[in-house]
Amino acid sequence: MILIVDLCYREGSLSLYEFVEPVAGIVRRSGFPVQVRHRSHLSRQDLAAVERIILCGTALRDNAFAAEPASFAWMKEVRVPVLGICAGMQAMALAFGGSLTPSQEIGTTEVRCTRRDPLLEGHERFPAYELHGAGVTPPPRFLVLAESDHCIQAMRHPELPFYGILFHPEVRNEWVVERFLALPWRIC
Amino acid sequence: MKLGMLFSGGKDSTFACWRAMQHEEVACLISVLSRNEESYMFHTPNVRWVPLQAEAAGLPLVQGETEGREEEELADLRSVIRLAMDRHGIEGVVTGALQSLYQASRIQRICADLDLWCFNPLWHTDPHRYLQNLLSLGFRAVITGVFSSPFDASWLGRELDRDTIRELEVIACTHRITLTGEGGEYETFVLDAPFFRQRIVVQEAETAYRTDRGVYRITRAALEEK
Repeated sequence: MILIVDLCYREGSLSLYEFVEPVAGIVRRSGFPVQVRHRSHLSRQDLAAVERIILCGTALRDNAFAAEPASFAWMKEVRVPVLGICAGMQAMALAFGGSLTPSQEIGTTEVRCTRRDPLLEGHERFPAYELHGAGVTPPPRFLVLAESDHCIQAMRHPELPFYGILFHPEVRNEWVVERFLALPWRIC
Repeated sequence: MKLGMLFSGGKDSTFACWRAMQHEEVACLISVLSRNEESYMFHTPNVRWVPLQAEAAGLPLVQGETEGREEEELADLRSVIRLAMDRHGIEGVVTGALQSLYQASRIQRICADLDLWCFNPLWHTDPHRYLQNLLSLGFRAVITGVFSSPFDASWLGRELDRDTIRELEVIACTHRITLTGEGGEYETFVLDAPFFRQRIVVQEAETAYRTDRGVYRITRAALEEK
């Protein structure tokens, strides 16, 4: 079971179709069952029973999640791979002691890998769709994996398979989500 | 949240409008009449009938015009959205964008500039499921323009029913067109939708077709009770 966390402004919002459903579709097409939970309704039970967790993005104006960094403290306790997309990367940064910096990008930009990692390996440069109003200053010891001209595009926890990516892989880079699902790591 | 729906009268913006209504308040329809038939942003065959659709839906319409020159039409769109903000106090905009980065990113930029929310509730939706939903929810649309091989004149004015969708699914495989017409291969006009209080009846229309391109232009239409 793959847990998809909806970070949008409220449960069952109009943004669900734009930021959660396309990611859930990729996961389903990859052969995994999906459970979608809004960030406000995550329980320990939800977190205990999943193989991997994906945190989805939000609308450009939707930063409600960032006002509640404590609601992402669970990320320090889970022991399954986590992928944070856009707002999900921002939430991951906040949960581990990083911060957000104003940086608006809308549309396609070039992402350049700066460090080898199984998630992005073989795609040293690629075009990606951006929709964000803030970039991140990564938490201490997090590794920067990729950048654009404007900001950091991918980061990773120093030991655990916790990834943050700022671009939207559900648009023309589905391979990133597929690869995350296929990464052979399992944390004991 | 009060929203303005960027409305062209085709199936995508009408379905997106219905979906937005399930979650937020759609305060008005916003439409841009382009004088350029090759408009980059706004489709044109029957956009002049959008006021009748607005009346059928019982929604106010904010309408603007553009010469349809690339990039200039974005300034025209911005102006008409600004007008909708002033008239109806909208806090955001909804579009029927499915896949087009060109369309979506430009509207996102306008919204960011105007400090508005931007919603794309059909973004990367499953095309097969979407078309099936259109039918099962009671949307009725006709094909009003074809702009690609292998569409011939017989497609013009044809209703988007189960048989038509089945044929489109075959063509999408054999001719590499998008099933939903997102690539501009065909255009539609909605005659009825779940939120329409009255339905539209086409009383007269004319077709023009030449080498893979044609339009079905409605010349007379009226509302009737549902």
